[in-house]
Amino acid sequence: MIILNDVRKSFQNLEVLKGISMTIEDHKIYGIIGQSGAGKSTLLRCINGLEPYDSGEITVDGTLVSVRDKDALRHLQKRMGMIFQSFNLLERLDVYDNVALPMKFWGMRTNTSEAREKILGLVRLVGLEDKLHAKPRELSGGQKQRVAIARALVLDPQFLLCDEATSALDPEITKGILALLQKINKELGITIIVVTHQMEVVKQICERVAFLSQGCVLAEGRPEELFVRPERQEIKDFLREGSERLPETGTNIQLFFNDDNNMDPIVTQMARNLDLDFSICWAKLEDFRTNVYGSLVINVKEEDFERVSAFLNEKKVTWEALR
Amino acid sequence: MGGIVSTTGMEDIIINALMQTLYMVFWSTLFSVILGFLPAIVLTLTAPDGLRPNRMIYEVLSFIVNVFRSFPFIILLVILIPFTRMVVGKAIGTTAAIVPLTISAIPFIARIFETSLRETNPGVIEAARSFGASNFQIMIHVYIKESIPRMLNGVVLLIISLVGYSAMAGTVGGGGIGDIAIRFGYQQYKTDYLVICSIILIIFVQLIQMLGNHLYKKMS
Repeated sequence: MIILNDVRKSFQNLEVLKGISMTIEDHKIYGIIGQSGAGKSTLLRCINGLEPYDSGEITVDGTLVSVRDKDALRHLQKRMGMIFQSFNLLERLDVYDNVALPMKFWGMRTNTSEAREKILGLVRLVGLEDKLHAKPRELSGGQKQRVAIARALVLDPQFLLCDEATSALDPEITKGILALLQKINKELGITIIVVTHQMEVVKQICERVAFLSQGCVLAEGRPEELFVRPERQEIKDFLREGSERLPETGTNIQLFFNDDNNMDPIVTQMARNLDLDFSICWAKLEDFRTNVYGSLVINVKEEDFERVSAFLNEKKVTWEALR
Repeated sequence: MGGIVSTTGMEDIIINALMQTLYMVFWSTLFSVILGFLPAIVLTLTAPDGLRPNRMIYEVLSFIVNVFRSFPFIILLVILIPFTRMVVGKAIGTTAAIVPLTISAIPFIARIFETSLRETNPGVIEAARSFGASNFQIMIHVYIKESIPRMLNGVVLLIISLVGYSAMAGTVGGGGIGDIAIRFGYQQYKTDYLVICSIILIIFVQLIQMLGNHLYKKMS
């Protein structure tokens, strides 16, 4: 378990982390999302000691992450594999040697049959067994990230830290990488921390997420709690919501759907039961891992508003009136 | 080696000179690569973007490198005479010429190596750090390993410029192809010497460059 308590950090006069606290539980996929410049990459680099922090504390299973004790830090880093946006493979090494590299840093032999077995196993896990002796320049972006993932796993880490790992990849390839991360999380029980600005990453794999803005955690929880019905304006802005054009007359009502009431034909029932007309402004459905969440905005006449709200409350639909 | 060749034929003179050139270039390349490597490592380590940034050490070393690089070779040749005598016991001759050639080549190759090393992708260095690599390991497994083809290119550049400098070594009795071209071809108006020496130098430089390009491709 990784616990952050009031972590602060400044670059010269610019405070980039303003008291971050969060708990990352074992075996979870934890997302840290926000605009670029929100401090999320810096936060990730503090977690594995690539960057020192000014105050507060970060502990990994009770061990303090501190750049002062170099040896303890190295051992912590061994437990935390990391992958990057730009893959960061060694250009002159083939896939096998790139995956083997971290072992060299730990004085492990990389040419014993045991080591070979392990490296081959990881290369197979990421689906690149036919590229074993290819150099990075012969690989596509997605394949490079797969090599980086295998490399990050070679020291048997407990955590996998992903710094914008899919930001340089196109949507289709991103899906493949995310599926691989999920598989690693499930099959190897590795805790994964994902730093990203891509909503689809959070929606597809994260079980918990922290929304970072200007060095602060604005919200933390399950992605569907945070993003289906965002409360903070910053999150709405991030999702580019609220910018849709809505009718200026009448009242706009947003209805929220989750798994439980998804299937009920609320809207048509309402039209029939109350015998009223309304227009549908926009609607969307979103997948969060295996669940579907949606919202719908309708525009009703001013005089119908009370009847509609009574009906919605009776049906226990989550809704809110938009200004 | 070196010295008076007036009684022998053209073929012997040129072959002898070619051997002298190869001798001077080979040893001065070897020594300067070995001796230039360490300052290059120190410059890379202490550079602002290095593993152990140290402005003081970097600036001082950088200044020394610049001072030595700004000396015209022919001046360095003369200034170094006492030092050359100390190292090889004499200041004249092919072997003696290796000393100033090496000294002038060290800062040149140090700077080239430094540039090659610092071109290493900082992301790769960060990745190595994230796996718990020590600075020493990063230097060996990342900086040097990734830079070898670029450094090799630098060595080709060094060899070619040493061929040129070795012509000036004739001033201290170093001999060599360039010296023959000047003494026979230019000063004695023997155009055939000038032409043959030039052709040999062109072929030599071409061969080195081709070999270098081939190795670069193979190693990167």
